[in-house]
Amino acid sequence: MKGVQVLSRLTVAAFAALLLIVGYDGGSVSAQTLMNGAGATFPYPIYSKWFDEYTRVDPSARFNYQSIGSGGGIRQITERTVDFGASDGPMTDEQFKKATGELFHIPTVLGAVVATYNLPGDPKLRFAPDLLADIFLGKITKWNDPRIAAANPGIGLPNQPIIVVHRSDGSGTTYIWVDYLSKVSKDWEQKVGRGTSVNWPVGLGGKGNEGVTGQVKSTPGAIGYVELAYAIKNNLPAPMVRNEAGKFVQPSIQSTTAAAAGAAKNMPSDFRVSVTNPPGDDAYPIASFTWLLVYKDQPDHVKGQALVKFLWWAIHDGQKYTSDLLYAPLPAQVVRQIEAKIGQITYQGKPLLAAR
Amino acid sequence: MSRTAAHEEGAAETLSLPRFVRSARVTGRWGDQVFRLLIRASALALLVIVLGLVVVMIMAALSSIRAFGWWFLFTSIWDPVAEHFGALPLIYGTIVSSVLALLIAVPLGIGAAVFLSEVAPPWIRPPISFLIELLAAVPSVVYGLWGIFVLAPWLRTQVQPALGATLGFLPLFQGPPYGVGMLAAGLILAIMVVPFIIAVSREVLLAVPDAQREAALALGATRWEVTRLAVLRYARSGLIGAILLGLGRALGETMAVTMVIGNRAEISASLFAPGYTMASMIANEFAEATSDLYLSALVEVGLLLFVVTVIVNALARLLVWSVGGAVKEVRE
Repeated sequence: MKGVQVLSRLTVAAFAALLLIVGYDGGSVSAQTLMNGAGATFPYPIYSKWFDEYTRVDPSARFNYQSIGSGGGIRQITERTVDFGASDGPMTDEQFKKATGELFHIPTVLGAVVATYNLPGDPKLRFAPDLLADIFLGKITKWNDPRIAAANPGIGLPNQPIIVVHRSDGSGTTYIWVDYLSKVSKDWEQKVGRGTSVNWPVGLGGKGNEGVTGQVKSTPGAIGYVELAYAIKNNLPAPMVRNEAGKFVQPSIQSTTAAAAGAAKNMPSDFRVSVTNPPGDDAYPIASFTWLLVYKDQPDHVKGQALVKFLWWAIHDGQKYTSDLLYAPLPAQVVRQIEAKIGQITYQGKPLLAAR
Repeated sequence: MSRTAAHEEGAAETLSLPRFVRSARVTGRWGDQVFRLLIRASALALLVIVLGLVVVMIMAALSSIRAFGWWFLFTSIWDPVAEHFGALPLIYGTIVSSVLALLIAVPLGIGAAVFLSEVAPPWIRPPISFLIELLAAVPSVVYGLWGIFVLAPWLRTQVQPALGATLGFLPLFQGPPYGVGMLAAGLILAIMVVPFIIAVSREVLLAVPDAQREAALALGATRWEVTRLAVLRYARSGLIGAILLGLGRALGETMAVTMVIGNRAEISASLFAPGYTMASMIANEFAEATSDLYLSALVEVGLLLFVVTVIVNALARLLVWSVGGAVKEVRE
């Protein structure tokens, strides 16, 4: 009997506690600003870190971000079902026209894509740009091809067929890779072109970074491409690639940021730019921005203000979280250019950014 | 239904039941009506959902249907950049991988079911059945990962070289051994559908009346003859149902297949070559499909998958009916 009484008392207490929690939540909802976003999967880890850290800066800001892919992000911001979109590739002119207002591309961080391969003895290879293009075009089919040998003197290359592995799922990683190949090879640009998925001339498709890595690791003679962060975390061989300036550059966080710095001089005002194969001695050539997509003229004053404050924070204080998560931070020149852009975001014609 | 209702009414009148029972009868009649409405609504809802699916898919696929017409079914180029789409390799890959899976899974599954229902000592049945159900509950992504890291390397290093050396004169077993490809997809699908086939077949076989077996035994049949003539023949339509369930799962399976099939939209005679299925294509490319025509083509692939499933199911129904008729004749 006593047990039952205690139990019922406990239930009442639990109920009261629950009410308190619910009541508290209900009270704070009114003061909160919930911003909905959707888009790219590649920057999702840094974005969720930011959304979490940012609540300490502005306790009223709440974010709901769904990493459904860049394509979905562009569609949703175009249809205004979210407050901001995110994409790994700049919107095309055609997509731009469909939007019901002017959309700003705000670069947030940089990522890079590296080649990875499986050869006996894990030799440290170096690639010239045309080599990568011709391997992925199926023109170079053996590892001991004289052109690969010429770029890698002193390394014994096996007489083994090259098995190309690419991403099977549509992905920003693929976009960066083929965008680079299009820039360095006329043949690639004409036959294959750019896109989040393309009609691959040769090779097998693996799903996601892990699918590509799995197939490369289990297939001797395979070559594939993965995100730099993924390659670093998994200790995959990441070969040097010759850049625009003719230097062989090791892929790294620093050389990725250097790529954006190299591109800063010719930055278009809308930031819709590919930074693959940029000028600069230290620039790793297969790199790209990832962008947040926001309307120039915000439809909601409170949300617009919160969003602008967050963007400002992200390109300044937010950048210090990039290195832990293996993203490359924005170079200082580009940050200054973005500052001006954020200043242009308005609500009913009035700038939302408070004077600093 | 009306006959039983009338029957109940008649019974209530003639027996002059106590009052509380009668009132229960009245509410029971209400209950009947509500029940009838509810089940009708659920059946109708299902119909509406299916029709709605078809209508929405056709509407979303319209621009692709207009752009490519029937060529969509008969061309093999899938080029999102040039926006040229043809689904033939996807249809081919879906059907071939599923048929391959059934070729492996049906003998295995029905064999195991016969063992469990006819031959195995009773104490061994529960643990084996439990294991089979466990196999059916493994998520497909786990099968896929196992496929990449265990099955594909094994195929590449052991199975495919051996097959190529012995049966290499057949076009089925030619070409470089990649590990991943149609063969890997068929195998992984077989492993995934076998538990379903076993579980359903076993229930069907256990439902065969013992009189069947006893009659055959009385005629001097051996165990093989009893199984073949009295049990399997009697259970044939149920077994086909089990196989169909497996086929349905094989046609629609996405994740595991995507991870091991190689994802190359090409038709090749060799089972070693990579392929692509409709479900894999949708799963792979839907999230990043940005242009309208591209998206529309993917929806049309979904529509095609639906149509293929309907056709396969209809064919199988026909098969069940014809076989069912034959069994009746035998029984009579």
